[in-house]
Amino acid sequence: MAIAAGKLTRAATRIRGGGSAFPGLVAERVDPAILTRTLASVTGGIVVVTGTNGKTTTTKMLTAIIRAHGRRVFTNPTGSNFTRGVISAMLGQIGLAGRLDADVAVLELDEWHALRFAEVVTPTHALLLNVARDQLDRFAEIDTTARLLADLAGRTAHLVVLNRDDSFVFRIAASVPDKHIRYFGVDPQVAGQVPSLHEADVRFEDRAAPPAPTPDDGLLRPVDGRDFTIRFGDRTVGPLALRQRGLAAMVNATAAATMARAVLGEDFRTDVTEAVLREVTAPFGRGEVIDADGQPLELVLVKNPAGFTVALSTYGNEPVATMIAINDDYADGQDVSWLYDVSFEALRAHGVAMTSGRRAYDMALRLNYDEVTVEQIEPDLQAALEAFLTAYRGQPTRIFCTYTAMMSLRRLLAARFDLAGFAQEGQ
Amino acid sequence: MSTPPSKGRIVLVHLYPREMSIYGDLGNTRCLAARIRRHGYECVVHDHHPGMPLPEQTHLFMGGGGQDSGQSRVEDDLAVIGDRLHGLASDGTPMVMICGMYQMFGHAFITHDGVDLPGLGILDVTTRGQSTRMIGGIVLDTGFGEVVGFENHSGATMLGSGQQPFGQVRAGFGNNGVDGTEGARTHNVIGSYLHGPILPANPRVADALIAAAAERATGRPFEPAELDDSVADEARIRQIRRLLSTSAKSAKSAKGAKSAKGGWVSSR
Repeated sequence: MAIAAGKLTRAATRIRGGGSAFPGLVAERVDPAILTRTLASVTGGIVVVTGTNGKTTTTKMLTAIIRAHGRRVFTNPTGSNFTRGVISAMLGQIGLAGRLDADVAVLELDEWHALRFAEVVTPTHALLLNVARDQLDRFAEIDTTARLLADLAGRTAHLVVLNRDDSFVFRIAASVPDKHIRYFGVDPQVAGQVPSLHEADVRFEDRAAPPAPTPDDGLLRPVDGRDFTIRFGDRTVGPLALRQRGLAAMVNATAAATMARAVLGEDFRTDVTEAVLREVTAPFGRGEVIDADGQPLELVLVKNPAGFTVALSTYGNEPVATMIAINDDYADGQDVSWLYDVSFEALRAHGVAMTSGRRAYDMALRLNYDEVTVEQIEPDLQAALEAFLTAYRGQPTRIFCTYTAMMSLRRLLAARFDLAGFAQEGQ
Repeated sequence: MSTPPSKGRIVLVHLYPREMSIYGDLGNTRCLAARIRRHGYECVVHDHHPGMPLPEQTHLFMGGGGQDSGQSRVEDDLAVIGDRLHGLASDGTPMVMICGMYQMFGHAFITHDGVDLPGLGILDVTTRGQSTRMIGGIVLDTGFGEVVGFENHSGATMLGSGQQPFGQVRAGFGNNGVDGTEGARTHNVIGSYLHGPILPANPRVADALIAAAAERATGRPFEPAELDDSVADEARIRQIRRLLSTSAKSAKSAKGAKSAKGGWVSSR
């Protein structure tokens, strides 16, 4: 009964064009055991991917790698990373009998929902990416977030993959002595040449260090800005270049390859992994490029200081016309204080063409304090997009935006450039 | 073009930028330093870490919000520099202390389990840990006009009998969600729960602190330059209008519906 009710809601919200979490919410209310029952038929591993940044990208890469090895994978690819998002995705793939046609489940969940999920279904594997300040009005504290990940590791049946470059994450190994632990991270041999992706100011002097890498641990070695390798002992994936740019994406690929190797065991192949990683496209909002009348328009989702800082270090110096759209709904984070934990100096040389969204003026004010010039301020997203694209017609453009601003911009862009399906993707 | 001569040198001390700076409070330091320079003064920003000595000359202090772990890391150091801070505060040194540091500038923080953690007692306030969190946008009437920000705290702070608040709450919770007060103000010390961060969008508060610092640094009255605050004013006025209209609506519906959710958060 629960499945039928959920499927009906899903069809109804599809027609309405609504969000992805709602049908799952209905089914969760009707029958909370739905997750357990349906996932019981998945025997090749239930993998949870969580952490503050990179969940969606890593989940997409991990799913692609495992599929390329011939496994059927159930995943929630929509970035709707609450438990009811998992149920929503499940409802689209199961018959009314409730059977999920999959060997492996790869589930992206935020830190809080990952733990709630694990209370219902025991994951076999957990991939813990990183801990950063994010939406503190929701999770309150970074220490609390780190504890959520440690609890999740404790509830994982078999194997946990940890980030060896994030002390909040690798320290978790000590609290789960009975689990298999593997690590991913930057190859210690080149670590000095790679900038840190983590916030130093909330990480105190740590005497603890991760153990020396084993051949099961994936180690990232960037060759240049685009090319990199992932080394497992004497076996190497790459050199290869991803479609997505930046160090953060390389780290995500390393995390995904390390978990894929753990799930696939002896069947893991470096050549298959390399080939598939070359082809994975950027997920929703992670540096997607739209053809805007012959010119690239790049959409970059920004959610927290670490993510915005990495985005600026990846793109900031390029002489591309830039718009920043900041909303403050619940899904964006209602407290915009976090903008002051990001340095915008990379934008100083070329300035910002437009700030928009409900907090357009707060964003402009923030830029003002970093001596970045702002040409226009227009809180209304539609008017801002129109003015921005008109002023910079015939030039490459880039928009940094928070979650709900991105959802609105996608609808506007889909209508303007006739991109079928683009408005719905990511919901 | 040559730079005009500096009107004076102001030393701004950021207390515990690693341990007590998690909600963008660093923006207050960025704002103060930028405005000091724009007013024609030289600004030296001194990051004070636990165990380090304070500089001899100090004219302005900023402290932010932190996590429980951050607060326990600075308690010992506060005990060391406490007397000096007391002296400077009663002598008129301007200080802005936000959230966790505001609580620690009070007499005590009494945790959920009844443990009494002593504070500096520079402000006559006492804070009790609660299981509910007070989260949301907030608007105040203060001696510096309307002030807007974002609060996120579970500590409920009560003012001592003679203690002046920083402002009166027009939308939001304030010190405790009950008595309509927010923050505390003694001499030139301001304690407040307002993140946002508080100073960039409320430049009158920033300039009042800078004015007092400039006088102490130079022995002369503050000589402000004319700064263009139109973007800050627009940001503030728009947010105040929004919050006041939402709070008017929610006051009509269920009373107390805004109370913070969830009791699992351990932080202050």
